Amino acid sequence: METDGARPTVAARAAGAQAAGMALTALKPRPPAGGSGLRRRRRLTLLGLVVAVVAGSLLSVAVGAKAIPLDTVWHALTAATGTEDDVVVLQLRLPRTLFGLLVGAALGMAGALIQGHTRNPLADPGLLGVNAGAGFLVVVAIYLLGVTTPLGYVWFALLGALAAGVFVFAVGSAGRGGPTPVTLALAGAAVTALLTALTSSVILLDVDTLDAYRFWVVGSLAGRDLEIVAQVWWLLAAGAVIALATAPALNALSLGDDVARSLGFSVGRTRLLGILAITLLAGTATAMCGPIAFLGLVVPHVVRSLTGPDYRWLLPCSAVAGAVLLVLADVLGRIVVRPGELQVGIVLALVGGPFFIALVRRRALAAV
Amino acid sequence: MAAPTTVRAPRAALVPGRTPLRIGPVSTVVRLRAAAVVVVGLVVVVLALAVNLGLGEYPISVPDVLAVLLGGGNGGQRLVVLDLRLPRSLTGALVGAALAVSGAITQSIARNPLASPDIIGLTAGATVGAVLVIVFAGAGGAVGGATAAVGIPVAALLGGLLTAALIYGLAWRRGLQGFRLVLVGVGVNAMLVALIQWMLVVTGVYQAARAYVWLNGSLNGRGWEHVWPVAVALAVLVPAALVLAHVLGALQYGDDTARGLGIRVDRSRSVLLLVAVCLASVAAAAAGPIAFVALVAPQIAQRLTGIARPPITGSLVVGAVLTVVADILARTALGGTELPVGIVTAVIGAPYLLFLLARHRRRSRG
Amino acid sequence: MTTWTTPAAGEHIGAADRDPGAVRLRADDVRLAYGEHVVIDGLDLDVVNGTVTAVIGPNGCGKSTLLRAMGRLLKPTGGQVLLDGKRIDRTPTKEVAKILGMLPQSPLAPEGLTVADLVARGRHPHQAWYRQWSGDDEDAVATALEWTGIADLAERPVDELSGGQRQRAWISMALAQGTDLLLLDEPTTYLDLAHQVEVLELVRRLHREAGRTVVMVLHDLNLAARYSDRLVAMRAGRIVASGDPSDVVTEALLAEVFGLDARVIPDPVSGTPMVVPIGVHSSSG
Repeated sequence: METDGARPTVAARAAGAQAAGMALTALKPRPPAGGSGLRRRRRLTLLGLVVAVVAGSLLSVAVGAKAIPLDTVWHALTAATGTEDDVVVLQLRLPRTLFGLLVGAALGMAGALIQGHTRNPLADPGLLGVNAGAGFLVVVAIYLLGVTTPLGYVWFALLGALAAGVFVFAVGSAGRGGPTPVTLALAGAAVTALLTALTSSVILLDVDTLDAYRFWVVGSLAGRDLEIVAQVWWLLAAGAVIALATAPALNALSLGDDVARSLGFSVGRTRLLGILAITLLAGTATAMCGPIAFLGLVVPHVVRSLTGPDYRWLLPCSAVAGAVLLVLADVLGRIVVRPGELQVGIVLALVGGPFFIALVRRRALAAV
Repeated sequence: MAAPTTVRAPRAALVPGRTPLRIGPVSTVVRLRAAAVVVVGLVVVVLALAVNLGLGEYPISVPDVLAVLLGGGNGGQRLVVLDLRLPRSLTGALVGAALAVSGAITQSIARNPLASPDIIGLTAGATVGAVLVIVFAGAGGAVGGATAAVGIPVAALLGGLLTAALIYGLAWRRGLQGFRLVLVGVGVNAMLVALIQWMLVVTGVYQAARAYVWLNGSLNGRGWEHVWPVAVALAVLVPAALVLAHVLGALQYGDDTARGLGIRVDRSRSVLLLVAVCLASVAAAAAGPIAFVALVAPQIAQRLTGIARPPITGSLVVGAVLTVVADILARTALGGTELPVGIVTAVIGAPYLLFLLARHRRRSRG
Repeated sequence: MTTWTTPAAGEHIGAADRDPGAVRLRADDVRLAYGEHVVIDGLDLDVVNGTVTAVIGPNGCGKSTLLRAMGRLLKPTGGQVLLDGKRIDRTPTKEVAKILGMLPQSPLAPEGLTVADLVARGRHPHQAWYRQWSGDDEDAVATALEWTGIADLAERPVDELSGGQRQRAWISMALAQGTDLLLLDEPTTYLDLAHQVEVLELVRRLHREAGRTVVMVLHDLNLAARYSDRLVAMRAGRIVASGDPSDVVTEALLAEVFGLDARVIPDPVSGTPMVVPIGVHSSSG
C-alpha cells in the first residue's frame, strides 16, 4: 500500500504524519518503531480478552430459558447438592459453555491462520472446503448409515473436513511454484461448490436426511454431549500447538515468500503445517457443532487492529477473542427468542455481519 | 521549438499480436483465438440445445430437432419441441449466459476472481426473496398457482436488487472501491445465508425440501414466461456491457492509471455493477441461483481465449454451454429422477476449474 | 529507429504549437489533504511549456501528493489546479487525458497481460467502444514501443519482464497516450543505474525531439540536476527553492531540505551540480 494512496490506511496516515514530522525535525533521534505503546496495547488486549472470557462464561452459565443467579451458579460449581439449579448448571450449561469456548477459540485461531497463509483478508476456514467436506460426510452418514446424533456425526465431519482441506491444499500446490494465495482460494471455492452440490443431491433424494441436515448446518451448541470433547480435545490441542509454533515463520511469510526464504524459513513446510493446523482446528470445531462461518472471518480482523500483524500475538488473541464472541453469541441466541433459542451460527452471522461491514467501512483494511 | 508531434511509425511497423480489423470508422483488434472460442461455443450451444430438446418421454433425434428449429418437422414434433421443450432449454441457455456475463463484470471491477455474484451476496438476496415466498406464503401447505408462478420470480428479483442496493450503499464511501465492495458483499452474503438457513429450520420439512430444490437452481417446468424476461434483459444489458467493456479493460489497471487514462472510475464502476446486478437477479428469478456458472464460466473463458481478463462475449457463450450441457446431464444422469441443474453445473464446473488450476498455475501478485 | 514526425494533415495526436513560455500546468494556492491530514497548504507551482521539471525532497515531503493533484488524481481541498488556464477538475476527464499523461508510482497490471496490450491501453482517451484500434492507435503504439526499445517484447506478458523492462513498458503506455504533458512519479524506482540513465535519456529525447513537457518526481539529486531544466525542492509540504538546477542544488539547500552535509561540485561530464555527501546533520532542524 502506498503512502500517497487516495485513501491511506490509518497506519499509513500515521506513518505519513510521522514522516512529515520527521522532515520538520530533521534528524531528531526517533523512538523505536512501533514502540512500547504497541506492546502495552497488546498486553491490555490480552488482559481484556481474558477478563471477557471469564465474564462471558459466567453469563453463559447463568442465562437461559431459566435464569440462575450468580450466587446459585457459584453454589453449583463449588458445593453442588443436586438441586434443580445445580443440575442445570452442571449438566447443561457448563458443558455448553465449554463447547462454546473451545469451538470459538479453534475457529478464531484458524481464521487468523488462513488469512495469513492465503494473504487474503477475505479468507475464512470455510474457504479451504473444510465446512463443505464435513457437511458432505455428515449427510452421507445420515443417509447411508442412519446416524442422527451430534456424537455420531463427529468423526464423519472430522474426516470430511480433513480430507477436503488436504485435497484443496494438494490441488492448490500442484503446478509450478507451489501453493499461492490465489490458487488456494480458487481451489477452495471450487471444492466447496463441488461438495455442496453433492450434499444437495443426497439431501434432495431423501427428505429425512434433509430434515436432520438442516438442523446440523445452522451451527448450534445445544444438546451437545461432553463425550464429544473427550474424544476430540487432543486434535484441537495439536492444532493450536502447531499454529503457535509456526507463528514466527508466518510473520516472515507475511512479507512475501522470497523474504521468508531469505530469512531462512522453509516456505513449503510452513504452509503445510499451517494447512494442517487450519484443518485440525476448523475441522474439529465444525465436527463439534456444525459450520459456523462468520467467526473465523471477523475475529482476526478485529484483533489485528488491536495487536498489529505479529502472529505471535495475533494467534492467541484471536483464539481468546473467538471464544468470547462465540459464547456471547450463544447467550444472545438464548435471550432473543425466549423460550426458544436462535442457533449460535445464525446469531453470529446476524450480529457479526453488520459489525464486519462497519469495520470495512470505517477504514481501509490493511492488506494481510 | 520542437514541433509538436504525432506519434507515427513507418507503415511496416505493426504491433505484434494486435492485428487490426478496420471498416470505415469502426476498428478493433482481431483476436483469432477469442473469436474461435465464441464461434465454436455457439455451435456447441446449438447442438447441445438440439440434444436437450430431443430428450424426454417422446425422444426425437437431433437432425429432426434441427429440422423443426429450421421450420420443418411434423406437427407432433413441432408441438413437443417448440411448445413443450424449447422454453425450458432456452431458459437454461439464457440464464447461463446472463450469469456468466454478470460474473465477468463483477470479477473485472473487483479485480478478484472470487468476486462473483454468488460470493458478494447478490444470489443470496434473490434466494431470500424466493425462500420467503416458499416458506411463508403458502399458509401451512405448499405454495402453488399464481403465488408460485409469479410470486417466486418477482420476490427473487426484488431480493437481488434490494441486496445490491444495500451492498452498494454500504460500500460507497467517498467512491466505490472494488476491495470494499467485495468485503461488504461477503458480509451481507453471510447474513443472508444465515437467514435462509434459519427459514429452513423454522419451516416444515416439506417446505424446506421445496425451497431446497429452488435454491439449487432448477429448470424444471420453465415456460415461455420465464424465457422472455431473461431474453429481454440480455438483449438490453449485453450490448450495454459490450460498450462498457472498453472501459472495463482499463479499470483493471488500478484506479490511478485508469483515471490517468481519462476514465471516471466511480461512475463507470457503478454503471457496470448495475448491469451485473440486473443480469444476476433476472437470471436467479427465472431459474434459481444456478451455482458456480457466474464464478467459473468467466474464468474458463479467460483461459480459453488467452485474454488477461474475463471476456464478455466469451463468458456469455461458455455460460450458455455450461448450463445447457448441465441440464442434459441433470435430466439423464440419475435415470428417472431429475436433478436440479445447479448441482450439475457445480459438479462439472468445479473439477474443470480445479484441472485448470493444477495445470496452469496463475501467477500471484501476493 | 523511428522519429516523431510532424503530424499529417487532419491528424491530431500531438499538441498545437504553443508559446515556449506558456504555463501549461499551474497549481494555484492548493491545499492537499488525505482526510484530516493536511499534506500541502498554500502551494503555488507553474509548469512551463517545453521544460523538464524535477521535484526533489525527502521522503514524505508531499512530492507524490503534489504530482497526484497536478494529474487530477487527488482533488485539492483548497485552491485549484489549472491545465492550459482551465480548471482541471472542471475539464472532462477524457479531454484532460488527451493533454496530460500520468505514470503512477507503482502501477498495477492484470496477470498475463501482454506488453502490446498494455501499451495499447494508453490509447484509451482517443478511442470509443466502436473504435478500438484505429490506424493512429497502431502507429502510436508501434512508435511508443520503438522509442522505449521494447518492440521485441510486445507479445510477452508484463509480469514476466524484468524491472527495467516493465518500467519501460509503463512509460511506453504513457507515451502512446500521445500527450504533451507527462507526469512521472519516480520513474526510476527499482532500476539499476544504467537503466535509470536509460529512462532519463528517454525523457530527455522526448523533451528535445518530441517537444514534450515533463514533470517528474526523482530521488537521485545528481540525475535530477543533470536531466532537468528546472528543479523544485520541497520540504514538509512547502517549496523551498525552485529554478535552474545549478541555483537550487547548493550546500545550504541540501542542509536545509535533507539535513545533509555535502559538498557540491560541478559534474565532470555535464557541468551540472553534483552532490558528494559527507554525512547527515548532527544538529536538528
